[in-house]
Amino acid sequence: MRHIISILMENESGALSRVAGLFSARGYNIESLTVAPTEDPSLSRMTLVTRGNEEIIEQITKQLNKLVEIVKLLDLSEGAHIEREMMLVKIKAEKGNREEMKRLVDIFRGRIIDVTDTSYIVEMTGDGDKLDAFIKAVHEDLVVEVVRTGPSGIARGAKGLSL
Amino acid sequence: MELSGSEIVVQCLKDEGVEYVFGYPGGAVLHIYDAIFKQDDVKHILVRHEQGATHAADGYARATGRPGVALVTSGPGATNAVTGIATAYMDSIPMVVLTGQVPSPFIGSDAFQEVDTVGITRPCVKHNFLVKDVRDLAETFKKAFYIATSGRPGPVVIDIPKDITDPGVKIPYEYPKKVSMRSYNPVTKGHSGQIKKAVGMILAAKRPVVYSGGGVVLGNASESLTELVRQLGLPITSTLMGLGAYPSSDKQFLGMLGMHGTYEANMAMHGTDVLIAIGARFDDRITGHVERFCPDATIIHIDIDPSSISKNVRVDVPIVGAVDQVLQNMLKVLKESNSKQDKNALEEWWQQIEQWRNKQCLRYDKKSKLIKPQYALEVLHKVTNGDAYVCSDVGQHQMFAAQFYGFDKPRRWINSGGLGTMGFGLPAAMGVKMAHPDAEVVVVTSEASIQMCIQELATCTQHSLPLKIMMLNNGYMGMVRQWQEFFYESRYSHSTVESTPDFVKLAESYGHVGMRIENKDDLESAMREAFAMKDRLVFMDVVIDPDENVYPMIEAGKAHNEMYLSPESELV
Repeated sequence: MRHIISILMENESGALSRVAGLFSARGYNIESLTVAPTEDPSLSRMTLVTRGNEEIIEQITKQLNKLVEIVKLLDLSEGAHIEREMMLVKIKAEKGNREEMKRLVDIFRGRIIDVTDTSYIVEMTGDGDKLDAFIKAVHEDLVVEVVRTGPSGIARGAKGLSL
Repeated sequence: MELSGSEIVVQCLKDEGVEYVFGYPGGAVLHIYDAIFKQDDVKHILVRHEQGATHAADGYARATGRPGVALVTSGPGATNAVTGIATAYMDSIPMVVLTGQVPSPFIGSDAFQEVDTVGITRPCVKHNFLVKDVRDLAETFKKAFYIATSGRPGPVVIDIPKDITDPGVKIPYEYPKKVSMRSYNPVTKGHSGQIKKAVGMILAAKRPVVYSGGGVVLGNASESLTELVRQLGLPITSTLMGLGAYPSSDKQFLGMLGMHGTYEANMAMHGTDVLIAIGARFDDRITGHVERFCPDATIIHIDIDPSSISKNVRVDVPIVGAVDQVLQNMLKVLKESNSKQDKNALEEWWQQIEQWRNKQCLRYDKKSKLIKPQYALEVLHKVTNGDAYVCSDVGQHQMFAAQFYGFDKPRRWINSGGLGTMGFGLPAAMGVKMAHPDAEVVVVTSEASIQMCIQELATCTQHSLPLKIMMLNNGYMGMVRQWQEFFYESRYSHSTVESTPDFVKLAESYGHVGMRIENKDDLESAMREAFAMKDRLVFMDVVIDPDENVYPMIEAGKAHNEMYLSPESELV
């Protein structure tokens, strides 16, 4: 099962490597991992996507909680939540397909943020499936480069993951 | 009070009440050593290898419950300490290790004696710190000692770059009185509903067994454990790490369980309907085949570390909390409870256990002309009245000591259970002896293990540590040889210990007393003679039967009811 875990941690050097080290030392998967400071600069928020059965996920959350720098964590998959991922794609946009590409970007509600005679850079946000679908929709020969952030997640409703 | 970084380091140790620091100097810690030189409160014990420093600090912690402290330099000093840090980590021993680091501006430049100590030690510490500002030093120390000793204890490393300890830079010093960390709040109080539920299950049990572990020793819960077990007449077994928490000589004690556990303990585990696991972590040497572990049992697990619960074996009633507090709460609930135990069922269960016990699984050939290791341990018990601190290395002798010494008190059995570190015994015993100078401290070791940290004999000379070393010499790495005999058709690949030194002369050259004991009839008198030399370290080279194996034995991955009891026996 895929799980998306949201982590509030001390914004200290070394905290990220503790998390990454834990996963490699105990043989857990990390599918993606994003981290950045929050509105409180002493805290970082990490979103981590992993896979495992119930027992493994239970161990992962317990082991993460044990790390001294982790303040709080929440398995977002346990409730309603929103996931978003941002992607930058460089695609070939030459005479024959410039219009077609522009339309495709519009359909997916992306934005073209850089233009040359032969290329576009497209910025697109959504859940992972949508981004996959866009890449599929563009002919593979036309994709020059894909940069994805990995998902960030937040639980629905009024309650927040805070101190 | 204005102090320099190096003075702050020493002052923090004083303020934490640290008596001894086990260490070895080097470039990056010279400022600290200069500060140590200028005072007498914190005593420094100079070891001969940094691994020895960490094991000694670890031994001190195991024997006292107070955190052990080691001090080593950067680079090789730190890497040499890693084995000791990992040893303490696996057994949850509170320890603070100070490592020197190259000056801050040089970090990352591959400077002389630079390693990424925080990176290297990260997977084997409870936490570690790199101090980046001298003004953070005192708070870092406070946090380090708090983290090391609270919750599930463990080693904490403080990496201190040399410029942080610059004697020329003085800042105001005050040791923090309290520490609070929003990200670290270990639970100590067990859930009262879970405790009630557990008590109800224990009372209703027909075939209960208590499986007690190192957490009972670490959590100073021996008394409440003993009270609970005696009050309810429960059978109790213990892990290697838990020995002594419940008196071994008591009739309710079934002996150690697991790979080299007793027949009665393992069979009771296999047959129990309610397993009460207390401060134990279901290690693979205990469980054997996980799917066939305690097949009929509902499992109660008391542990301070939530991540220990349901890690290897699914638990039915988890109770997260400090073991002593939880056990006391259980005793309280018992007092107020109206439920009665099923005494008849318990009686029957005991009869079954007695039958298993009658197999006398620990019997050995007493008529042998050779010195059997089991016999040597029995004599050691007799000569020391069963009251010594026994510090063991790793291998067959460790198992024999666990099976045959019979520990009646906690913190008397000092061994590397989790990591299984050969070379642990001698340096650990130094720490124990520093903590308890008037107690008998014995190293039980072998000619293989002892050579891994033998240089510490010099430390014992320098600091007048009259240890007694009982080296069971069988000319093999015994446990390796045993596995090769069983599982590799006796192809003894590199498990013979050849070219051993003359240990008597070796001990003497370090300024100690050496004895070689080859004759069974001489063993007891020689040992008495050794222990009578109160102020001397005596190194006893005891020549034992080279072919003796440790029984009972459950092969790795087999279940508790699949034991070999002796060379002749079939699987029982």
